[in-house]
Amino acid sequence: MSVTTDQAEPTPTTTAAAAPYVDPVRRGALRRRGRRNLVVSAVSLVVVVVSSAVVIANASGWPAVQAAFFNPEEFRQYFPDVLAAFWLNIRMFLVAEPVILVLALGIALIRGTRSPVMFPLRLAATVYTDVFRGVPTILLVLLLGLGVPALNISGIPTDPVIWGVVALIVSYSAYVAEVFRAGIESVHPSQRAAARSLGLSSVQSSRYVILPQAIRRVVPPLLNDFISLQKDTALVSVIGPIEALRQAQIDGAENFTFTPYVIAAVLFIALTVPMTRFADWLNARAARERGAGGSA
Amino acid sequence: MTSPLLAVETVHKAYDDNAVLRGLDLSVDAHEVVVLIGASGSGKSTLLRCVNGLEPIDAGRIVLDGELEVTALDADLDVVRRRVGIVFQSFNLFPHRRVIDNITLAPRKVLGKSKTDAEQHAHELLTSFGLSDKANDYPDRLSGGQQQRVAIVRALAMDPELMLFDEITSALDPQLVGEVLDVVRGLSEAGMTILMATHEMAFAQESADRVCFLDGGVVLEEGPPEQVFGEARESRTRDFLARVRAR
Amino acid sequence: MRRSSFALVLVPAALLLAACGSSSGGTTTSTSATASGSTSASASTDPCTPTAMQTLTAGKLTVATDIPAYSPYFIDNKPANGKGFESAVAYAVAKTLGYTADQVTWVVQPFNTSYAPGAKKFDFDINQISITPARAKVVDFSAGYYTVNQAVIALKSSKIAGATSLAQLQSAKLGAQVGTTSYKYILSDIKPTQQPNVYNDSATATAALKNGQIDGLVVDLPTAYYITTAELDNAKIVGQFPAVTANDAEQFGMLFQKGNPLVSCVDKALATMTASGELTTIQDTWLAGVGAPYFTQ
Repeated sequence: MSVTTDQAEPTPTTTAAAAPYVDPVRRGALRRRGRRNLVVSAVSLVVVVVSSAVVIANASGWPAVQAAFFNPEEFRQYFPDVLAAFWLNIRMFLVAEPVILVLALGIALIRGTRSPVMFPLRLAATVYTDVFRGVPTILLVLLLGLGVPALNISGIPTDPVIWGVVALIVSYSAYVAEVFRAGIESVHPSQRAAARSLGLSSVQSSRYVILPQAIRRVVPPLLNDFISLQKDTALVSVIGPIEALRQAQIDGAENFTFTPYVIAAVLFIALTVPMTRFADWLNARAARERGAGGSA
Repeated sequence: MTSPLLAVETVHKAYDDNAVLRGLDLSVDAHEVVVLIGASGSGKSTLLRCVNGLEPIDAGRIVLDGELEVTALDADLDVVRRRVGIVFQSFNLFPHRRVIDNITLAPRKVLGKSKTDAEQHAHELLTSFGLSDKANDYPDRLSGGQQQRVAIVRALAMDPELMLFDEITSALDPQLVGEVLDVVRGLSEAGMTILMATHEMAFAQESADRVCFLDGGVVLEEGPPEQVFGEARESRTRDFLARVRAR
Repeated sequence: MRRSSFALVLVPAALLLAACGSSSGGTTTSTSATASGSTSASASTDPCTPTAMQTLTAGKLTVATDIPAYSPYFIDNKPANGKGFESAVAYAVAKTLGYTADQVTWVVQPFNTSYAPGAKKFDFDINQISITPARAKVVDFSAGYYTVNQAVIALKSSKIAGATSLAQLQSAKLGAQVGTTSYKYILSDIKPTQQPNVYNDSATATAALKNGQIDGLVVDLPTAYYITTAELDNAKIVGQFPAVTANDAEQFGMLFQKGNPLVSCVDKALATMTASGELTTIQDTWLAGVGAPYFTQ
């Protein structure tokens, strides 16, 4: 089929490469306003920081708080210990996270099916999310970490790290499944209709049209859950393994100080900040590619 | 006697208690351009969606080319949709895929075309619709008229036998309507079979082979445009046309 | 304007709270001082009487321990019943200082926060806390009221059940409770080849031992005795760690706010109880039969 439109191309975006014209008076005023805003934010920042510092430093309990939480000498002393233990948190996170993503996506997809054949699976997925989102993660850790090995089934591992990671996976995949489901449902039904009308099967429509849009939308809430997961790896310590927070607790109890907890906090922050910036960057890049407007 | 390309036989369709189609009959011959007119809610969109298998019907049948029963309970709708293209009022381009990828998705995944073949075909179509420089843009960089033309190209890329247009200019700014209708005109001149719901009476009058007035869930009156627009038999048709022209 | 003032209030709020906490603590102390000062004007000059002592609540002795409070230090998780070694010691100290049992108030103080900065909500905390020089920089301790040894317990079926030397424990997976010196003993005396596991409390540690997730659990000897006699049927005390020198001996002490003058009074009471043999009697009552062979190096 070949058809020609001889009508002139309407070009709504840009016309020519001519430099945009701005009234010099307006330009000056805008620049001055920009500078003023900068000065105001700088001043208000300084005021807030300095006055907070003054209030804190003059509090009668500050020396005691500083000695307990922010002791530089103890910070140096315990840092290697806590850092070494933090490696366990990272490993647990790195193993759990991909499994959670795959499992959660599977659960979300199952919940989105309509076929009556899938009913038992759909029911199972619904019960799974309902139950494991509601159960406190620490109970799952205890139940799987201490309960399952107590069953004495041969061939089943007893290593608490394994069961701790399984507990995190079970708990977080229920959360993340709901995030995925919300993302899938946020894609307008007309997108599926358009895909189906082109002859794409239901599975193909999900895979090439719905999911890519859904996943892009849920990156920020997913990131939230990842950060939360990073911190919740500390829960695994209740069944024995020594991770960063437990090491901090051990060191703190030995010398009656809370500074090791601050070390653990610094390490967790050091992990989450780059991750957040990376996700911001991903989002910004996707937005740049797709232009200024939002999606349908 | 050869069968029509599309035969709609006493089709009933209701949404809950709201009966939209009440035993509607309609046939479209190959290379014919049939325009559906009627008030909002008269069932134009519903009819088109039923023809494409996007909505199940309650009674009657819809047959394609005398052999493929769209509405059979065991019909393979993916086969139907390969042969029947549809373009919607709201474009429904895939916002996360570039124009070229919007167009090649179905040919590659459904027809199994290679990437090279699919893209070559897409580029030919884009060029013939004056969109060759938009191939690598994302849809939201395009004007409404451009997006709707891409949507038409996307449907055409599947080489359909029948094109369904569901009020494809209703969401456009008035100055962009023309470029989209020009595309439809070009398609009809090239011999495409078209079933189209529209409020553009001038276009219907000028380009349709046949105009069908839908009212109360049936085709109340049909005929060549000069007859329907000039000397409609039914008073309801005349009332509708008077209201439309008064706007 | 509104935004900046909001931020101003928010940021230091937590620290202001801490400051308020300490100042209200100070107020409590001074009022009780006034109260006791007025009533004790005509009393004896002994600074260690219920009227003379500046306790948290005037005329009362507020004693803290963790929850749950485990046997044999406390019985039935009820510190106020006077049963169990530490409960009995606390009441004996109170009695020696002149308090009636009714004047002793118990409060819950989790071990992990017992050394937090700021005012304490107890006069002293008795919770199997080992005295160490590092800890003594942050809080004050009474004299030791019990010399404690660490012990290893294991299931009778365990590969280390028959161990007689520390060297034989090296390859075992060991566990301890968090905040205990037991964990330090594992690292410093046993030097195991596998990293030990650490548990919040005796319940989870015991479960892990039962599951075979650890081969041996290191706890203080009285706890070891309790677990092997009352909690687990199929477990035994493998042995106890020897104190290398007399100075090396580990002692439990009561924990006080740094600088609390009550310490000297409690120390005096403990000295009295030691001299009279009362402390030994309490120990014989609640820790009878506690013993195990010593490990060799």
